[in-house]
This record gives sequence, C-alpha cells and structure tokens, in this order.
Amino acid sequence: MTRTLRGLLGLLGFLLLWEAFSRSGLVDPQYFPPPTVVLTRFVELLGDPSFLLDLIASVLAWAIALGISIAIAVPAGLLLGSVRSIRVATRAIIEFLRPIPSVALIPLAIVLVGSGPETKITLAVYAAVWPILFNTIYALDEVDPVMVDTARSFGFGRARTMFTVLLPNAAPFVLTGIRMSASVALILVVSTEFLAGGGSGLGSFVLDASTGAGRMDLVLAGTIVAGIVGYLINEALETVHKRGLAWSAIDREAV
Amino acid sequence: MNKTRGFLRQWLVFIIVVLLWELVTRLAQHPFFPSPSQILATAGRKWFSGPPQSLFLTTEATGDLLASLGRVALGWVLAAVIGVALGTLLGRSRHLLDFVGPLMAFMRAIPSPVLVPVFIVLLGIGSSMQITVIVFSVVWPILLNTVDGVRSVDQVKIDTARSFRIPRAQWITGVVLPAATPKIFAGLRVSLSLSLVLMVVSELVGSTNGIGYQLMFDQRQFDFPAMWAGIVLLGVLGYVLNTLLLVVERRALSWQPSQASADQVVGG
Repeated sequence: MTRTLRGLLGLLGFLLLWEAFSRSGLVDPQYFPPPTVVLTRFVELLGDPSFLLDLIASVLAWAIALGISIAIAVPAGLLLGSVRSIRVATRAIIEFLRPIPSVALIPLAIVLVGSGPETKITLAVYAAVWPILFNTIYALDEVDPVMVDTARSFGFGRARTMFTVLLPNAAPFVLTGIRMSASVALILVVSTEFLAGGGSGLGSFVLDASTGAGRMDLVLAGTIVAGIVGYLINEALETVHKRGLAWSAIDREAV
Repeated sequence: MNKTRGFLRQWLVFIIVVLLWELVTRLAQHPFFPSPSQILATAGRKWFSGPPQSLFLTTEATGDLLASLGRVALGWVLAAVIGVALGTLLGRSRHLLDFVGPLMAFMRAIPSPVLVPVFIVLLGIGSSMQITVIVFSVVWPILLNTVDGVRSVDQVKIDTARSFRIPRAQWITGVVLPAATPKIFAGLRVSLSLSLVLMVVSELVGSTNGIGYQLMFDQRQFDFPAMWAGIVLLGVLGYVLNTLLLVVERRALSWQPSQASADQVVGG
C-alpha cells in the first residue's frame, strides 16, 4: 500500500465518520450537514460566478498583501540585521508593536477605512510583516563570520557582500518567514472580510451564508474552498523552498 | 554614565515617537486618534480605579480580562496536551501518519475564523465555543512540530535505549520527549500568539464579555480612547505572555547545547 493510497483512505475514513455523525441525530443535520450535501454545494459553488468573484477577491488581496509585506520586511530586516545601532534604537518600538494581535485593529480599521479591500490588505500586511522581518534579522546573525571576512578580504564592498554573501545565506530563513506570513496573511484577509462584512471575498460569503438563513451547508462548502486555497498556497511555497534551496542544509520548520 | 547611555540608546527613538504622537494628536484633535496621555488616562479610569482590597482593579477589568485570559490559557493548554500526545503517537508510529497526513495538511490550512459560525451553531455563544475555536486553530503548529521533533531522535539514543531494554513508558518520557522539546517549544510559541488572535476574533463575533467584545462595544459607542486602550492592553498582554513562555523555555532547555531553532518568531 503506497503513501498516497493510505492518505486517501484516511480522508475517506474522515468523511465517513462525518457523514455518520451528521446523520446520527446527535446534531441537527441542518446545523451540521453531512459531507454528501456539503460536497454537492461545493461543486455548485465552483460554477457560481459570484462566488468565484469572491474567491478571486480574497486571493488577490492575499497576494497583494504578501507582496507588500515582502517588499517592506526583507529590506527592513537586512537594514536592521546589518546595522546594529538602528536595531538597538528601534527595538523598543518593535517589541511594542509586534505583540498587538492585528485582529484587534479590525474595529479601528473599519471606522477609519471602511470595509473595502484596503482594510484587509493593510491588516494582513501588518500581521505578515513580522515573521519575515524577524527571520531576516535572525538569518543575518547566523551567517558564518568567516564568509563575511573572506568577502571583505577579497575587497568586496558592503553592497556586494550583501548581495553575494549575506542574501543567499539568509534566503532559507527568509523563505521560512514568508511561508509563515503567507498563512497569517490568509487568516487576516478572511477574518477581516468576515468581521467587517459588506465587501466581497470568501469571508463575507461565509458571513452572508451564516447570518439570516443560517445556511451551514454553504458555510462549510466555503470553508472547504478556503482550506483548499490555504493548502495550495502551502504546497506551492514548500515546493519553491525545496526546489530553489535544495543546496541549503537547514531543515524546514513545520509551521 | 554608561548605563544611562545604553538606556537612552534603547529608548530614545521610542520616547521621541510617543512624544511626536502626543503632539500631532493634540494639534489635530481628530476624534478617531486620541493622544497617548488620553489613552492612558482612560485605561487608568477604566481598569485601575477600583477599591484597594481588589488591588485597585475595577470589576470591568477583572470581568473582561479574566474571562479573556482564562479562554486563552485553557485553549492553549488543551491544544498543547492534545498536540503533544497526538504528535508523539503519530511521529513514533510507522504508518499512522500516512493515513492522517493529507487530512491534517488540509485542516491546518483552513483559516479558522470562517469556522466560527459553525462552532456557534454547534456549541452556542459562550466560552466553550471560544475555547473550541482556539484549540482547533492552535493545535496544528504544536502537533506538527511535535511530530517533527519526535522523529528526529538520534539513532545512537534509540540503539542505546534498546540495548538497555528501557520500558516503553520510560523510553517516551525519558528519551523521545526530551529530544523533541526544542521543536515543541517552537510550536508552543507560535500557538500562543495565535491563540491570542483567535481569542479576539471569537470574542468580536460571539461573546458577551472579554477584551474583544469590549473593543467592539467601545467602537459602536464611538468611545475611541477606550478602544485604543483595549488595543494597547492586548499588545501588553501579548508581550507579557511571550516573555513568560521564553523564561520557561530557557529553564526547560538549559541543558540543551544550542537553541538555534528556538528563536523563530511569529506575529499575528
């Protein structure tokens, strides 16, 4: 029996358990519909243009947010990681800003920016910047000083050392940070849509389905779509990590 | 002299930023942006103006804060117990992981806030719903890190334990788990900040008390200084919890030669 076959068997077993649980009468099947119903809805949703627009809106917001976070956090991390005085001076501010759970800013953001796409992108960026930033700083600390000294003794300037020695060495850590940020950003995009409502996106779709009619079949179908999106993002980044950085010996963090 | 210099270097920028913030907000007089002094005054009035016998905490502070903290603590501890136990089981068994691997990869990829409505109809509004939401979302980092850690036990240790015929229970608690602790702690830390996030989300949606509920309430009342105070409080809370865990981690891992992998940080 191969691994894939075992995995499929596991999934099938889970679906059977779920089906049995929903139909057992322990819960109201309307509140917790069985997978046969949910999967039918799922297939229907994939042919529904307005749902697809929601899906695209979420994925697009996620991609923009991750792009902005990388553009902010990697240069900032390189700066903070290589210039000690700036790092010391800004530590207090960073230590103060970082632990604020970004979802706590949702009420504020709703008042300030409304429920348009800017809100979710801003919040997702706020949350996604930290893992990349810290991993980049951390990576620069880990670089073997002998390599830096070697580069220097060959007469490399600061910029050249940065791009030929420091950056390639930091890349595995930075990618780990990006992977963490990718899932955090997705959580933030969907939660903001869900809490702010009104706009478009997977989160607002789930909100609309759950309030009013209480269509739990639609909620669960939307959840499955969200899970698949998250799964594909994870897998894609993992492949990039394995392929692009096959030379690095650093083991990946399972987050 | 040297000490004050070091202190200044660390805090100067912070102090300047706060002063600037104070100045700008005072000049602008924007209703959405109260000044830091106003926020602090509100926080003081709201939470720390109680009678001395209750340590100057008001009933509002004890009610909301304790409710929220209790949920985070219970959810996180439950997730830790489930994650480590299941992770050890899956990591040490040869085929079990193959069966549940794809399922777990999918489950952890679900952005858990969308499951809040499902948990609300199943469990109703209240602490049990919030704790379930927290457990469901934060168990994955712990579980996956435990599996990883448990699998990375040194072959020499495995052989040594076998040749001494160490009983199974002792083998798990004495060899496998200690070898996995650095990884487990990395997972615990990610989960801690995540549980704070989920606590706020679940309270924003379905709750009658707690910091998240209070935030939403203040926003609807247009009481912006109170809302800002809530945000600052959550930041302080996140910082304190993370620092506490770091202290525990240093103690627990003091025997480890290096803690290279323990320095991963995640925001939320």
